[in-house]
Amino acid sequence: MLRLTCPHCGVTAEETELHPGGEAHLVRAGPGASDEAFEAWLFARRNPMGVHFERWRHVHGCGKWFIAARHTVTLEVFGTYPAQTKAPPAELIARIRDKVPDWEGWPAGGALRGADGEGTEGGKA
Amino acid sequence: MKGYSAWSLIREGLRHHLGWGRAWGSPEPRRRYEVVIVGAGGHGLATAYYLARNHGITDIAVLEKGWLGGGNTGRNTTIIRSNYLHDPSAAIYEKARQLYEDLSQELDFNIMFSPRGVMMLAQTEHEKRVWQRVAHANVLQGIDTRFIGPEEVKRRVPIINIDGPRYPVLGALWQPRGGTARHDAVAWGYARALDRMGVHIIENCEVTGIRTEGGKVVGVDTGKGPIDCGKLALVVAGHSSRLAEMAGFRLPMESVTLQAFVSEPVKPMLDVVVMANTVHGYISQSDKGELVIGGGTDGYVNYTQRGAFHHVEETVTALVETFPVIGRMRLMRQWGGIVDVTGDRSPILSKTPVENLYVNCGWGTGGFKAIPGSGWAMAELVATGEPGALAEPFALSRFREGRFIDESVAAGVAH
Repeated sequence: MLRLTCPHCGVTAEETELHPGGEAHLVRAGPGASDEAFEAWLFARRNPMGVHFERWRHVHGCGKWFIAARHTVTLEVFGTYPAQTKAPPAELIARIRDKVPDWEGWPAGGALRGADGEGTEGGKA
Repeated sequence: MKGYSAWSLIREGLRHHLGWGRAWGSPEPRRRYEVVIVGAGGHGLATAYYLARNHGITDIAVLEKGWLGGGNTGRNTTIIRSNYLHDPSAAIYEKARQLYEDLSQELDFNIMFSPRGVMMLAQTEHEKRVWQRVAHANVLQGIDTRFIGPEEVKRRVPIINIDGPRYPVLGALWQPRGGTARHDAVAWGYARALDRMGVHIIENCEVTGIRTEGGKVVGVDTGKGPIDCGKLALVVAGHSSRLAEMAGFRLPMESVTLQAFVSEPVKPMLDVVVMANTVHGYISQSDKGELVIGGGTDGYVNYTQRGAFHHVEETVTALVETFPVIGRMRLMRQWGGIVDVTGDRSPILSKTPVENLYVNCGWGTGGFKAIPGSGWAMAELVATGEPGALAEPFALSRFREGRFIDESVAAGVAH
C-alpha cells in the first residue's frame, strides 16, 4: 500500500485516505489552440515506466491537492509538494537524479509528439 | 507435427505419451519479414493467425519479450461476453464470441470454450435501468441477452444472497452464450496453428528500438539483433506507451494494475459467471474447482504486476456479501497484470503517425474476450492498410473528433 505525506497538513496517509488525480503539470491548451493541442492536453499521457509526477488529493483529510513524485516500477515515493506550482522543487529534482541516474530529467519527454504530430510536452510549464 | 484426435490420444497412450512433440518451434529470426508483430499474447497471435488465414500473408514474425501468453493472456479471469451498449463494441466483441464458439475445431486445439452463461447483477435501481437499456440495445444489435428478475437469478445461482442488506439483487443482465475459455489454451492453440503455417514465433526477444526512415517504419532492434519489416504491428497491452515512445508518438493511455485471485478448489457450486459491478467482484468456478475472482484496478500508473493490497479486502468483502457460503474459504493465489486504459475505456485499433506502423492496444480490463475479433479486425487493418468496418470506429482520431465509445459508464471496471 502506498503511503504519501500530505505537504499541506503533514499527515502521512495510506492510499485509501487519498485519491489519485492523474498526471501532473499538464498545461491546458489556451484559447485559439489547435484541436491537436487540445486533444493532447485532454488525453495524451506520458505513462512512463519510471519517474512520474502525479496529482493526489487528501480527500479524507484536509481535502487539498498536492503532487507526488513516484517511481511506477519500484513504487518508491521521492517526495510530495503542494499543487500550486508550475514545476517540482529543485531539491526534489536533484534527489530524484541521485536515486535514478538514467532519469530523463525535468521537464520530461519534451521531444515526444501527440498521436498526430503536434507537440504535447508534458513538462512545459 | 501431428494433428490431435481421439486416435492420436489412444496411440500415444499406448506409447507412454513420448511422441507428442512440441506444439510450436523456436526458430532463429530471419533478417527481414513482411510483417513483424510485437507481442505474442492472444491479440498478437490472433492478428498473425488471421493475417495468414484471411489474407494469405505468412511471412510474419511474432516477437515476444518473455514467454508466449505470459502477460495479460495468462492473467485474466477468462470471461467471454459481448453484452455491450454501443454498436462498435457490440460488433467486435460479438465477432470474437462467435469465433470462440468453434475455435477449438478450427485450431485443432481444445480451448475449452464453455458457454455457461454470464450474469451481470443489478444491485441498484440505476444499475437495473442500465442493464435493461443494454438488453434493449443488444436486441437491436442481434446479440442474445435479456434482463432477468431476482427469482431467475436465485434459480440459476442458488448460492447467491439476493436480499443483501446493502445491495439486494434486483435482477440481472443474462447472456446465455457468454462464458469462459481456457486462457492459456487460446494462446497455445493459435501458436500451434501459426507454427504449422510457417509463421515465426520468437520468444525471449525484447524490442529495444523502432527504426523509421522518412516517416515510415523500416524495422525493429531486438535483443536478438535488428529485424527489418515491411509493416509493424504493436500489440502489447500495458507496454504500448513504451513502444509508441520508441516510434516517437504518444498514446491516450495509462497503464494500471488489475488484480485477480483464485480460491482453494472445492466441489461444483457455481455453473455460470456472475459479475457484481456495484460491489465490485466477479466470479466463476474453474474446471479444477477453484473460484476465479476478478478484483479492482489501481487508480494510478503502476507497472509492478502487483496491485494495491486494499483491493483484496474490497473484493473479498463484495463477494462474501453476495455469496455468504464462501466466507470461510481461503484464497490460494493473487496476482496482477498491467492493463492499458484509454480515455474512453475502449480499445485502439489504428494507423499511427508513422506509416506502416499499426497499434492494437487499450483493451484495458477486458481484452481476453475480444481476442479472436481483435485479431480478425487487426489483420484486415495491417493487410490492407485501411481499417475494416470492425476496426474503423476504434481509430486514434476519435479522441480528437470526440467520437468516443464510452463504455466506462456501462461497464465500470469489470470490463
